[in-house]
Amino acid sequence: MFEQTSYSEQLTFFQKLRSFDFILIFCVLCLGIISNLSMYSTDGGEFLYHSKSHLIRFITFFSMMIILSFVSLRFWHTTAYLFYIITLGFLIWASMYGITASGSQRWVNLYFINLQPSELMKIAIIVCFARYFHREQLTNINSFKNILLSMTILILPILLVVSQPDLGTSILIAISGLIVLWLAGFNIKYFIYSGLALIVSLPFVISMLKPYQKLRVLTFFDPDRDPLGAGYQIIQSKIAVGSGGLTGKGFLKGTQSYLEFLPEKHTDFIFTLFSEEHGFIGSVILLILYAIVIFRILNIGSNSRSYFGKLFCYGFGSAIFVYVTVNMAMVLGLLPIVGSPLPIMSYGGSSMLATMIGLSIVMSTKIHSKQIIH
Amino acid sequence: MYTEPQVFDGGDSNVRKFNTVNRRVFILKLAKGIIFTGIVARLFSLQITENKKYLTLSDKNRLREWRLPPIRGEFEDFFGNVVAGNTKVYQLHVVPEQVEDFKYLMVRLKNILSLTDKEFSKIVKKKKQQKAWETLIISENLTWDQFSKVNFYLHELSGAKPVLSVARSYPFKANYTHVLGYVAQASEDDLLKNEEIKNKHVPGLRVGKSGLEKTFENSLIGTNSVQRYEVNAFGKRINQVDFKEGEKGQKVKLTVDTEIQKLCNDLLADKAGSISVMDIFTGEIIAMHSSPSFDPNLFLYGISYKDWDLIRNNPLKPLINKTISGLYSPGSTIKPIVALSALENDVISTKFKVNCSGKTEMYGQTYHCWKDRGHGVVDLRDAIKQSCDTFFYEMSRRLGVDRLNTTAKRFGLGNRVFKNLYSEEKKGLVPSTKWKKNVLGKGWVLGETLITGIGQGYIQTTPLQLCLMTAQLANGGFKIFPRITYDENQEPLEKIKYKMSESLKTKNENPSSLIRSAEELLNIDEKEYTKLFRNQENVKFVLEAMFASTNEVRGTSYRSRIDDKKYQFAGKTGTAQVKKITKIQRELDLDTSQIPYEERDHAWYIAFGPYKNPRYSLCVLVEHGGSGSSAAAPLAKKLMKKIIDRHDEREKIRKNRLMEI
Repeated sequence: MFEQTSYSEQLTFFQKLRSFDFILIFCVLCLGIISNLSMYSTDGGEFLYHSKSHLIRFITFFSMMIILSFVSLRFWHTTAYLFYIITLGFLIWASMYGITASGSQRWVNLYFINLQPSELMKIAIIVCFARYFHREQLTNINSFKNILLSMTILILPILLVVSQPDLGTSILIAISGLIVLWLAGFNIKYFIYSGLALIVSLPFVISMLKPYQKLRVLTFFDPDRDPLGAGYQIIQSKIAVGSGGLTGKGFLKGTQSYLEFLPEKHTDFIFTLFSEEHGFIGSVILLILYAIVIFRILNIGSNSRSYFGKLFCYGFGSAIFVYVTVNMAMVLGLLPIVGSPLPIMSYGGSSMLATMIGLSIVMSTKIHSKQIIH
Repeated sequence: MYTEPQVFDGGDSNVRKFNTVNRRVFILKLAKGIIFTGIVARLFSLQITENKKYLTLSDKNRLREWRLPPIRGEFEDFFGNVVAGNTKVYQLHVVPEQVEDFKYLMVRLKNILSLTDKEFSKIVKKKKQQKAWETLIISENLTWDQFSKVNFYLHELSGAKPVLSVARSYPFKANYTHVLGYVAQASEDDLLKNEEIKNKHVPGLRVGKSGLEKTFENSLIGTNSVQRYEVNAFGKRINQVDFKEGEKGQKVKLTVDTEIQKLCNDLLADKAGSISVMDIFTGEIIAMHSSPSFDPNLFLYGISYKDWDLIRNNPLKPLINKTISGLYSPGSTIKPIVALSALENDVISTKFKVNCSGKTEMYGQTYHCWKDRGHGVVDLRDAIKQSCDTFFYEMSRRLGVDRLNTTAKRFGLGNRVFKNLYSEEKKGLVPSTKWKKNVLGKGWVLGETLITGIGQGYIQTTPLQLCLMTAQLANGGFKIFPRITYDENQEPLEKIKYKMSESLKTKNENPSSLIRSAEELLNIDEKEYTKLFRNQENVKFVLEAMFASTNEVRGTSYRSRIDDKKYQFAGKTGTAQVKKITKIQRELDLDTSQIPYEERDHAWYIAFGPYKNPRYSLCVLVEHGGSGSSAAAPLAKKLMKKIIDRHDEREKIRKNRLMEI
């Protein structure tokens, strides 16, 4: 085993470069370009604030991803807990001194960037679990100590994010965390039991929801009950998508977004704008791009020799899938409106940063797929 | 796949661990595939299956229409003069959503236009009632001073828009008020009752409130111009997508001669009353005036309380169109018809004589003639000429009220002259025994026949009915069809006269079949100028007696005659009592000016001319004017001269129009 370790560490720069997953990078680049064009469209066909900063962020974080890909997988393995703890620290900081915007205290001011630590936590939780289960024996995984510890790791950040309040992100963290736990070998019956417990406790949870959150749930079941209020977003989003038709209204010609009928078109509803302008064909192409990205990530995972890399890739790929589907289902009126950005496409630095970090770990796994970590 | 290196401690467990995770990922992949398919299916249903529905919704979102007020059709008189037109007005509009600081703007405007507090709060109230993107009309009729002042300060008044608009105007002011009616802002009621108004309504739309303006509303109103704008989610206009020019409302041509109409107004100045003039062959109304009148322009921009009070509380009742909705006892003007009825029914011959001693005893009551000393022995011609009441008491007694009723109705009394043209027109009343039994539930008293015979008692007519009656006598006794709007398919005079002479030839016609109900007549396309008499000699006799009344010594209107053959006319005076004359009053024999206004007699005069070749009939009523010969007949003299002077010009126009067809 030492042989292999030394073997992987002897990789030259060009060897590393050659083992990049170019299909994955190409797809991410395509998504990046599409997202920038969409952002340009949200600014009404002008190169304004949103499109400018989105382009800068994409270029910065994409380059960062390429560079970070050269970092050894072992580095991520070593710093996994630290990464989690620092992110948790940021979350606590945010809950104490964070910046409040639209009723939610989500951001910490890092002077060069307003960071949203909950977005980073989406990645940190996966890295942390991958490290935790890396050395764990399969027989021990379902032990009481493991369950308790991993649940603590998961619930701590969720509580912090819920208290911001940010229901959407906390649900996404929970789902991606739970998927990793299940992949790691948690007995399926625990999920069934806790699922049942959740359903039983649902009335109490609902009674604890904020009024606006309750309204959103109710509105989801019947968007027409208050068309100008809470149902407005869903209705307008469906109108935008539906009126796009097969080929769409054309680039920069989406009337729903251009005339400001679409809410949150930079962030959560970016897919609606894209779908209105490029129609069914465009949407399916976008969906295929995401599918390829997810498939490549899972593929890298299955080719990895290290359990850490494997579990991370599986977890991260599944997480991306969850983000994409939750966002799309939401704007298509299949799920209630919860704040959840579309990875890479949506405007937002922290989300982009988190995704790019995740991708760089995936790429590092690909490059160091023969590496085995103790 | 690769093989797990065997060098690990507990390699077995590791293999199992790897296998578990790979197996579970495989399950996840399947789930992902299904969910992705689900999303594609959803996209398909929204974008392909339901595309049309959402496209419509999206257009409904983004497009909004602004309708502009339609331009109202004009009224023209017979000679093509515009009598109700459109005039340019300066208005000030504000679209509240485009104003940054509405309060500031309003305060500035209040100062610039020097609005009163009342007007100010009215505008603020109006703003609250309408949508933010709807135009708020600050002022509908700025003076030039105000308009230029607003334009001067315009750069400080963001959101205010000075607009050049069109509005109704009545250039002849009070002259045409009762003919045309007037327009004012559409009320809730107008919208409910008229679908057309509802469809075309915009804030500030003016609609007809009475008269022809109301009757012809649907053709006058025109169609809205429509501006279609693309708007954003906040209703702000982004750009104009298209503009559909509306059509101006249809023009309505009147048969009225403004010159004569104006003269009528002058003749009745400071008096209450009515004048109507009619073409005895075509039925065209040459003039129709009710006095006092008022200026309909006052109603355009909301009449002030002061003006409204003046009009409403005027004891002479300017709001009532007396010509068609004022009901009066016809007095002696009914006598030609009573005489005709008696002759037609062979009740008396033209030789029949009565000795008038000033009063007569019948059924235990005394009936007085207007002349206390009596007329002596009079025959029918003299009785009409001098309007001898005693003669008519005796004649009506023999005639009976029911036969009189038949003749009077045949000649146009007791029916609406214009059918449904004016909603305010009254039918009037010609009594009969049957009527009294049905309506009052009492039997007819013979004494009532006597006073009906001199146009008093139950009988009530409108001035226009008497005008029509005179016309139908003057044309030789033929039915005509009065109208006030010019008809393109109008028959030429020669044709009318030909038809009349044709109907004269059919001798075996049963007179009772001549009376057709109004509905029947309306359904006939080809107008039948049916004869209303049995023997035309009787009509001619009555006309000759009317000539005597005006042109022979001792005729009641002898003083108002014109000897010039060109203008010579025949007529009949009438003096309708408003109140029963008491014994004391009869003895006092007061002068008109000594009686309280409300108790004075109504003065009537009906006439037709020129006598040799009659063409026009007229009817003058002066409310509480005293006697017909002193108050009404002199007006007719001036009027007849004017009418005949205008005749050639009118015929010229008529000929030109016929040439065009």
